[in-house]
Order: sequence, then structure tokens, then C-alpha cells
Amino acid sequence: MTILEFLQQPWPWYIAGPLIGLTVPVLLLVGNKSFGISSSLRHICAACVPAKVPFFHYDWKKEAWNLFFVGGILLGGIIAGAVLANPAPVAVNPQLVTDLAPYGITDFHSLVPGQLFNWPALLSVRGLVMMVGGGFLVGFGTRYAGGCTSGHAIMGLSTLQWPSLVATICFMIGGFVMANLILPFILSL
Amino acid sequence: MNTWFSQLKYLVIGTLFGIIFVKAEVISWFRIQEMFRLQSFHMYGVIGSAVMVGMLSVWLIKKFNIKTLDGETVVFHPKKFNKGQIYGGLLFGLGWAITGACPGPLFAQIGVGATVVAVTLLSAIAGTWVYGRFRDQLPH
Repeated sequence: MTILEFLQQPWPWYIAGPLIGLTVPVLLLVGNKSFGISSSLRHICAACVPAKVPFFHYDWKKEAWNLFFVGGILLGGIIAGAVLANPAPVAVNPQLVTDLAPYGITDFHSLVPGQLFNWPALLSVRGLVMMVGGGFLVGFGTRYAGGCTSGHAIMGLSTLQWPSLVATICFMIGGFVMANLILPFILSL
Repeated sequence: MNTWFSQLKYLVIGTLFGIIFVKAEVISWFRIQEMFRLQSFHMYGVIGSAVMVGMLSVWLIKKFNIKTLDGETVVFHPKKFNKGQIYGGLLFGLGWAITGACPGPLFAQIGVGATVVAVTLLSAIAGTWVYGRFRDQLPH
């Protein structure tokens, strides 16, 4: 097995998780930055459409590192997708295959299911609800909560912030409710 | 200190981070579904071990008063509780399970070629803006 083939395999959680955790000290020690990603969305608003909203009137340029960081994530996605992509389908639990089949989701070849998320689907009710509605909830919810999985679940819990524990528990409750109770209806639209 | 060049290191860290996201499949909609349907340990393992490593690092930084590369004392920002963490947290959780992505993975998903996710990202930016606009009217 070549090094490239080795890297193309999906990485197990016990490799990836600790590496993600190391982002916390790396950012702290490199530039005294608190790990957090959703604030980048706020900086984009502040930079592009501040309007007369006080929430967007601050010196976003001081926080520009965050925009470089998410720019890097995009670049990392391009590199990993082009060079390190796993040629095999995503290995999923057989139960999930059974769960998704009735909704016509049968292709597990990409990380983002092409049968759900594609440009023509934007014109369907299901696609609109999932892509536009889902995205809105992500942006609105994270800012309302004051952070996302990185800022609350990883940075917040690492620094023993109990408000972050509350937020993380609520993230999980929302996810359980959606995936099990609401998503089946959205998928059948 | 804030020159464009000095920001490049964050681009590099972000790039490595994005690669890990893709290779660990945490940007996979399927992995997120498995997590919320209790069908796989993978995501719990990723988040759990990330938190453990983060906690240990922060503890070491505090315990040994480790300085930044520029010799500054590391600053931590305590978070204050408000009800937004409950309401906003629940709303984000709903969105997380629909899109299969938190804000970071959205960028990585676009990178791996799911260009339509750019629409989801724009919608997330719109959601952030609407929150900012109506912030004063929302319970906190």
C-alpha cells in the first residue's frame, strides 16, 4: 500500500478526533485565538451587509483571521476531494441504508448525497426546505446560541464553560428530534 | 500584527483542519444521520476525543502557564449563560440534522465539489443576518 492509498482511506475517529482537538491549543498558542467557526458568518455579514444593524457594527478586520481559517477549510476540502478522496462508497450502517431507501436515497458514493443536494433539486420543495431552510437554521441558530459545534462543543467544553454544555445538549436534542421525527416528512416531500 | 501575510498561518491551519474534516467523514450527511439515529459511534468518538484532547491542552496551558509563540499570556473568554444557548441551540440542532453540516463542514462540503452547498452557506449567512437584525426582539 502506498502512502497515498493509505491516506485515501477514511480515517478512524481516534485519529481524526484528537487532531481536531489539537486545533484548540494550536490556535491559542499561534495567535491567542479561541477556536470557533460560526463567528465567520457574522464577520461576513459585518463586512458585506452591515446595514444599520448594531450587531454588525464592529471592527471585523480585527477578526479577519477567522475568515482566513474558513478559507483554509474550503481549500482543505478541495485538496482532500481532489487528491485524497476515498474511491469506495461511504460505509454506512445497514439500518441507515434501509431507512433511506424509501426516499430514493440509494447512492452512497459521496459524502454529500447527490440525490438530495444538487442544483436542480433547489427548484423542488424538498430541496428548498433542506438546503435553504436547513442553512437558515444553521446560521440563525448558531448565532442565537453564541457558537456552534466548534465554539461550544469543542472550545467551550475544553474550557469547562457550563453554558457551552447547555448549548451542546440542545444541539443534540434538536438533531435527534429532526433526524427521527421531522426529517422523514421532509424527505417524503 | 494584523498584516495580510501574518494571517496566512490561519489559512494553513484551516487547510489542514479541512482535510481532517473530509478524511474523518465528519462532513458526511450520512455520518450525521447515523449519529442522530444512534447507528454509529463514529461522530461521538470524534467529538468526544476532540474534547478530551482540547481539555487536556487547556489544562496544560493553564497549569504550566504556557505562552503564545509571541510570548503573550493565553487569554480565555468565559461564556455567560443566556436563554439563547437553549433556543438557538435547539434551532441549530434542527438545521444540523437537515443539512448534515455545521458551519465549518459547509465550507469543506463546497470544497469537495458539492457546489450547491454554496446556497446553503448563503442561507446560513442570511440566517445570521436575520438574527442580528432581530436580536433585540428575541428572548435571551
